[in-house]
Amino acid sequence: MRNNESSEKQNRRKFIQHFLFACASFIIPGIIGAQELVRKVGTWVLKNGYVPSEHHWGMGIDISKCIGCGRCVDACKKENNVPKEPFFFRTWVEQYRFLENDGVVVDSPNGGINSFKAETSEKNIIRSFFVPKLCNQCDNPPCVQVCPVGATFKTADGVILVDKEYCLGCRYCIQACPYGARFLHPETRIAEKCTFCYHRIIEGLDPACVEVCPTQARIFGDLTHKASPLVRFKRMNNLSVLKPSLNTEPKVYYANLDGEVR
Amino acid sequence: MLSIWKKIPEQIKRLSFLVILIVAGYLLISPLFIPPDFGKYGHFRASAVEEIASQQMNYVGHEICANCHEDVSVIKSKGYHKNVACEVCHGPAFLHAEDPGSATLEAPRGRSYCTLCHEYLPSRPTGFPQIVAISHNPMKPCITCHDPHKPEPPVTPKECSACHATIARTLSISYHIYLPCTRCHETPEKHKINPREFTPSKPSTREFCGGCHSIDAKSDKGIPRIDLATHGHRYVCWQCHYPHLPEAK
Ligand code: HEC
Ligand code: HEC
Ligand code: HEC
Ligand code: HEC
Ligand code: HEC
Ligand code: HEC
Ligand code: HEC
Ligand code: HEC
Repeated sequence: MRNNESSEKQNRRKFIQHFLFACASFIIPGIIGAQELVRKVGTWVLKNGYVPSEHHWGMGIDISKCIGCGRCVDACKKENNVPKEPFFFRTWVEQYRFLENDGVVVDSPNGGINSFKAETSEKNIIRSFFVPKLCNQCDNPPCVQVCPVGATFKTADGVILVDKEYCLGCRYCIQACPYGARFLHPETRIAEKCTFCYHRIIEGLDPACVEVCPTQARIFGDLTHKASPLVRFKRMNNLSVLKPSLNTEPKVYYANLDGEVR
Repeated sequence: MLSIWKKIPEQIKRLSFLVILIVAGYLLISPLFIPPDFGKYGHFRASAVEEIASQQMNYVGHEICANCHEDVSVIKSKGYHKNVACEVCHGPAFLHAEDPGSATLEAPRGRSYCTLCHEYLPSRPTGFPQIVAISHNPMKPCITCHDPHKPEPPVTPKECSACHATIARTLSISYHIYLPCTRCHETPEKHKINPREFTPSKPSTREFCGGCHSIDAKSDKGIPRIDLATHGHRYVCWQCHYPHLPEAK
């Protein structure tokens, strides 16, 4: 009876041992592989000496400074050869108007590229402002999660990019994006979106939309560098992001954003 | 060993053969489709980043213009348009900066370009200079009176509506229509030239409004009266009445 019990115990112990070994044989190579990847990414240098792992880019947008001139929309299209027709935007501007009877009117004629028209029926507007929008460069991007082939991905500096050669045009990412920031290019059939002007920022320039913003409503910077306009922006303002409940962790921060804006 | 093999049902053997075939086929063929640098730095093609990074630039940035157009840059850096980048008005200039002879730039000389920023819109933030183009010196291009690189109004605007258009319009349909802005805001003349440095005052006490509206105030007879001691509790008046559109409802 006793013997039996102890051998049963030994069996159980063996089983647990083997089980743990089996687990380790799966997990340890995984950990080593991940460490190896982190090490490799740390040594990754792009053509002009830019090291992605040393940066972490973000954008700040101050709603109370935006004049709705639409120059950002225009510059974005010209910089990135985005199709001129409406409906294709990497960035666009929305106008919000709050009415006395609690109604809200939101519009964005042609993405705001030709600015907006003054309305004659402005009497019952109690508050009104512009909201520039673009890809939020989520730190936890749903579009990357759903891509079946790894054609959209997050680089070491936090920017979400699209591989033009590899994209199938299946539109999963367009469906997955909660911000409507992606579109299918009508000719190339690639799911496009804002890249924070990746080709500019690696050269030390601002994205085109930030470059042309006349009132500094848009601020761009490196979140890892303490002396940057973006860090001041984060220090001095009440910030919010779009749809925080989705845990996408956007890196586009809005100052003075109304809760009605999503 | 052999006995185990015998015990396995026939259909499983065939099925496992099929599975092995598929797995082997996948292992053989997939390298042909997966680019060699896929997965090097993460679940993506490493060279895609290089490709995106080498995209052709169209906007060169505002700094380089000063190399060849020092005169304009110096003028602009002192005026209201100091934060308006050159390429906002002149368009993308990468090629021009490389070879100014063959890639020339246009200048927006018409009225319609300036109004993208300066046309009156109620959604624009208060303080931003705005005009109503159809009534602001119509027919003449803006640049006949305003230097686009240093756009000063030829005379300092008299009206607060130049920069506070929405408030002025609201006030003009309110009971306070006959009160000039300066009755409630002591405004230094320099506010109209350098608005953020010289800010106007704002009323700060209940007695300020009481000066006209209190029962014992020596003001015009037609003005509606309240008892300053009891009306509106301890709140300042503009917590309930928007001063630019005061309503008693
Ligand atoms: C390498 C020197 C150089 C740089 C850099 C340069 N320019 Fe020029 N630019 C010139 C020259 C030279 C001309 C005259 C070309 C001509 O008359 O054919 C010119 C002409 C112009 C004109 C047209 C003037 C006219 O009479 O219509 C504009 C506008 C202009 N430049 C704007 C810019 C802007 C904006 C930038 C910065 C993005 C810039 N330039 C950068 C050399 C330069
Ligand atoms: C608000 C729009 C605007 C901005 C910003 C602007 N320009 Fe101009 N620029 C104009 C217009 C309009 C003209 C045409 C003026 C005319 O015909 O009298 C012009 C003319 C010029 C000319 C040719 C005539 C001249 O005055 O020499 C040059 C060169 C020029 N701009 C360079 C620049 C540079 C460099 C910058 C940036 C430092 C710049 N511009 C920023 C609107 C602008
Ligand atoms: C991209 C937007 C933009 C465009 C286009 C533009 N401006 Fe401006 N303008 C500004 C900004 C920003 C200011 C500074 C406002 C401030 O200081 O708050 C300004 C200021 C001014 C002022 C000074 C008003 C004052 O008294 O404070 C005048 C006048 C002016 N612009 C005229 C023009 C003219 C004329 C043109 C067309 C050649 C033009 N602007 C095109 C953005 C623009
Ligand atoms: C005939 C000359 C003339 C022309 C043309 C002209 N302006 Fe003005 N502008 C003035 C004067 C004078 C003032 C200052 C007094 C005032 O408020 O009217 C002024 C003021 C302004 C201001 C400051 C705000 C304000 O209302 O005072 C802006 C902005 C402005 N102009 C933009 C423009 C734009 C944009 C155009 C072209 C659509 C233009 N101007 C055409 C003469 C002119
Ligand atoms: C040249 C444009 C311009 C003119 C003209 C102008 N303002 Fe302003 N005003 C501004 C700007 C810019 C601000 C700052 C807005 C901000 O801080 O967001 C401002 C702010 C104010 C404020 C708020 C100050 C505060 O502390 O919050 C008051 C009140 C004001 N202005 C009253 C006036 C009155 C009254 C007049 C006419 C006598 C006038 N302004 C004319 C541009 C102007
Ligand atoms: C009856 C007195 C009164 C008159 C007339 C008046 N204001 Fe005011 N204004 C106030 C008071 C009180 C506040 C503070 C409101 C608050 O803090 O809720 C204020 C706030 C402001 C502000 C800053 C807050 C905001 O609403 O953006 C500006 C700008 C301003 N006024 C501009 C003007 C201008 C321009 C005019 C003339 C067209 C004008 N005011 C006429 C009493 C007045
Ligand atoms: C210079 C005197 C003066 C001052 C100061 C003044 N008001 Fe008035 N107010 C008037 C006049 C005149 C009317 C319009 C009376 C009419 O025509 O019915 C008025 C009307 C009103 C009304 C509308 C009452 C109704 O019948 O609906 C309210 C509310 C009001 N004022 C609140 C204020 C507040 C709040 C302030 C302080 C920020 C203020 N007023 C400062 C002169 C003044
Ligand atoms: C707690 C909110 C509140 C505050 C604070 C307040 N009011 Fe009123 N006020 C009202 C309401 C509600 C009415 C309309 C009902 C009434 O007549 O009592 C009104 C009515 C008025 C009227 C019109 C009276 C009439 O006989 O038509 C005037 C004038 C007025 N207020 C001025 C003021 C002034 C001046 C102050 C600051 C000393 C002030 N109010 C503070 C809520 C307020």
